[in-house]
Amino acid sequence: MALAQVKIEATEERLNTLDMPQEGWSTAAREDALMRLRSMGLPSRRDEYWKYTRPDTLVQPTAPDAAVLHTDEVPVFDALGRLKIVFVDGVFSADESDDLTLEGVTIERLAGATADIHWAKGLYGVLENNGQNPVERPLAALNTAYATDGVLIHVTGTPSKPINLIYRHISNSSDAILHHVLKIDKGAEVTILENGPAAARFNKCMEIDVADGAKFHHVRAQGRDHERRAATHIFARLGTESSFKSFTLTANGVMTRNECVIELTGDDAHATVAGAALGDGDFHHDDTVFITHDAVNCESRQVFKKVLRNGATGVFQGKILVKSGAQKTDGYQISQSLLLDEDSQFLAKPELEIYADDVACSHGSTSGAIDEEALFYLRSRGVPVGEATDMLTLSFLAEAVEEIEHSTLAEEINERLAAWLARRRG
Amino acid sequence: MLNINNLHVSLEEEDKQILKGVDLTVEAGKVHAIMGPNGSGKSTLSYVLSGKEGYEVTEGSADLLGEDLLEIDPEERAALGLFLAFQYPVEIPGVGNMTFLRTAVNSQRKARGEDEMSASEFLKVVRERAKSLKIDADMLKRPVNVGFSGGEKKRNEILQMAMLEPKMCILDETDSGLDVDAMKLVAEGVNALRNEGRGFLVITHYQRLLDHIKPDVVHIMANGRIVKTGGPELALEVEQNGYADILAEVA
Ligand SMILES: Nc1ncnc2c1ncn2[C@@H]1O[C@H](COP(=O)(O)OP(=O)(O)OP(=O)(O)O)[C@@H](O)[C@H]1O
Ligand SMILES: [Mg+2]
Repeated sequence: MALAQVKIEATEERLNTLDMPQEGWSTAAREDALMRLRSMGLPSRRDEYWKYTRPDTLVQPTAPDAAVLHTDEVPVFDALGRLKIVFVDGVFSADESDDLTLEGVTIERLAGATADIHWAKGLYGVLENNGQNPVERPLAALNTAYATDGVLIHVTGTPSKPINLIYRHISNSSDAILHHVLKIDKGAEVTILENGPAAARFNKCMEIDVADGAKFHHVRAQGRDHERRAATHIFARLGTESSFKSFTLTANGVMTRNECVIELTGDDAHATVAGAALGDGDFHHDDTVFITHDAVNCESRQVFKKVLRNGATGVFQGKILVKSGAQKTDGYQISQSLLLDEDSQFLAKPELEIYADDVACSHGSTSGAIDEEALFYLRSRGVPVGEATDMLTLSFLAEAVEEIEHSTLAEEINERLAAWLARRRG
Repeated sequence: MLNINNLHVSLEEEDKQILKGVDLTVEAGKVHAIMGPNGSGKSTLSYVLSGKEGYEVTEGSADLLGEDLLEIDPEERAALGLFLAFQYPVEIPGVGNMTFLRTAVNSQRKARGEDEMSASEFLKVVRERAKSLKIDADMLKRPVNVGFSGGEKKRNEILQMAMLEPKMCILDETDSGLDVDAMKLVAEGVNALRNEGRGFLVITHYQRLLDHIKPDVVHIMANGRIVKTGGPELALEVEQNGYADILAEVA
C-alpha cells in the first residue's frame, strides 16, 4: 500500500533535521534502516498500533522543550558498585564515565567504532529489522539510521559488577538518539542498569542477543523530569536455556512509549518483562510488548502495574504469539492499574495468538481503586490515611517489583516507589 | 470511659435507619457484653464507633475519654485508645503481617507523641505475645490475614489488640469460628489485658465465651436499640430461652 502523502511529508520533515553518521561497518545497516523507515513512514495518530498514544510529539521535527528537574536526591543506583557510562543530553561524557574496561566484557562506544569490520554488524539493525514484522516500529528504524552514539557491549564471561548507563538531561531542548547493542555469549551473564531522563526527547533502541545458556538482567529507572518524552525499544533474541529479565520503573514524564520485542528462538528459554509506572497529572505511559514463542518449553512473563492519579493515562498493549512448533509454552501476562481518582484512565489491549496446541497461556487486565475495606482496616489500627494508602499502593506494585531477581536492586526500586508516593503526601 | 448517647445512625447510600437511639456507658475496668438477634445493629454500632464510612449519624453522640469520637478520623480514634476486633477481619495481600503490626504500633505511638518502638524490642514483644496465642512465625510473615483460617484470623485480631494495648476494646463475635481450644486461648488473651484502666465491649451470640470472659454487665440489643440491661444472668436467660420472651416483655 502506498503511503499517504501527509505521512511522507511528516517523515521527510523529520528526516530533514537529521544527519546520518558515516561510520564504516554501520553505514549499510543505517541506509537499510532509512529505506525501511521511508517505506513505513513515521507513526501517525491514525495507525492502529498508536491508537492509545499520540505519536505527534515523538515524531515532530524538533523536540518540545522539557524543563530539567533539579533535585537533591541521590541518583537511583549510586550506592551500588557498578561501571558507569554517562551520556549528557545524548552525548557520551568521558569525564563522568568510568574506564570502560571490565573483566568478562568489552565495551565500546558506537560513535568510536568506525572500522569496516565489527562483531556488532551482525546485530546492529538486524534484531530491530526482525522486530518490524508483523507490526511496524518506525521510530526504531529511525533510531538505527540516525543514532549518534550508544554502546556496543560484548559479554564473554560474568563481569563482577553491573554496567550502569546513566542518562543526564541538562538542556531544555535536547533531542537524543542512542542505540546500544549487546551480545551475550554462551553461558555469560550480565546486569545492565539504566537511569535518567536522557534529554527533552529521547529515542533509544537496545538490541540484545542472548546466546544459549546466557543470562541478561536489566533494571531501568526512567527519569522523573515531568516534561520529558521518550520512545524506547528493546529487541531481544533468546537462545536455548537462556534467560532475559527486564524491569522498568517509570515515575513522571509527560510521554513515554516503551516497546519490547522478544523472540524465544531456543528451547527452554525464559523471558520476563515487568514494569511499575507512577503518574500524577500530565503523564502518559505506554508499555507495548510483543513476545514470540518459536521454540519448545519456553516461559514468558509480562507483569505491568500502573498507579495513576490526577488525570494520568496508562496504556498497555501486550501480545503473546505462539508459533506452531512452540509446544509446552508457558505464557503469562498481567497488566493492572490502580486509579487513585476518577480522572485517570487505563487502556489495555492484551492479545494472545496461538498456533500450537500444547500451551498454557493466561492473561488478565484490571483497573481498580484502593480497596476501601483494607484502607479502613489499616486506619482502624492507627495507620494514618496517607500512609495506609501508600502501603496498599506499594503492595499493589509489589508483584511487578518481585520480578527483579537481585534483591538489592528490588529494594532500591521499592525505596524510589515509596519516596515518590511520600512526596505526594507532602 | 465510653459514653454513647441516644445514637441514631442511617446508611448513607439508602434511606435506612439502623441504630435508633442507642444509650450505653462502659466504665473503665468493666466488661460489658452485647447480645441480640441477627441484624439488630451490633456490628453497625462497632463500625460507627471506629469510624467506618457509609454511615450517617443523624442524632446523638459518642465519646471516649471525654473526646468526641464522631468528630475524628479512624486513625485518631485508634490512637486515642479505641480498638475493634472485626467480625470479619480483612485480608490485605502484599502487606506483611509483621510490617502491618509494627506500622500500626508506631503510628499510634507517634500520634500520641511517644517514642517509637525499636525493631528489636518490637520483635521480642510480638514473638512473646504471638506465642501465647499459638500464632507461629509463618503466620507473622504472611500477608495480613491472607489464607488464614477463620480461627487464625480471630487470633490475629487478638494479637493486634495485645500489641496495641488499647483502652477501649470492642470485640465483635470474636468467638465465632473458634474451636473450643482456640476460644480458651482468645479468652485468656483478653483476660490478660483486663485491668482497671481498660474497658471491654464484647459482642457475642453465645454464653460460652462469657463463661471465659466474665462480663459485669449484659445488654440486649434489638432493632437498633439497647432494650434490656442486666447482669451475667441475662446472658444465661438468652442461652436458655432465646430472645422471644425478652422482646415480648419490652415491646
Ligand atoms: N452497608 C449496608 N448496606 C445495607 N444494609 C446494611 C449495611 N450495613 C448494615 N446493614 C443492615 O443493617 C442491619 C444491622 O446489621 P448489623 O451487621 O449491624 O447486624 P448485627 O447485629 O451485627 O447482626 P449479626 O448478629 O448477624 O452479626 C442489618 O439489617 C443489615 O442488613
Ligand atoms: Mg454483626
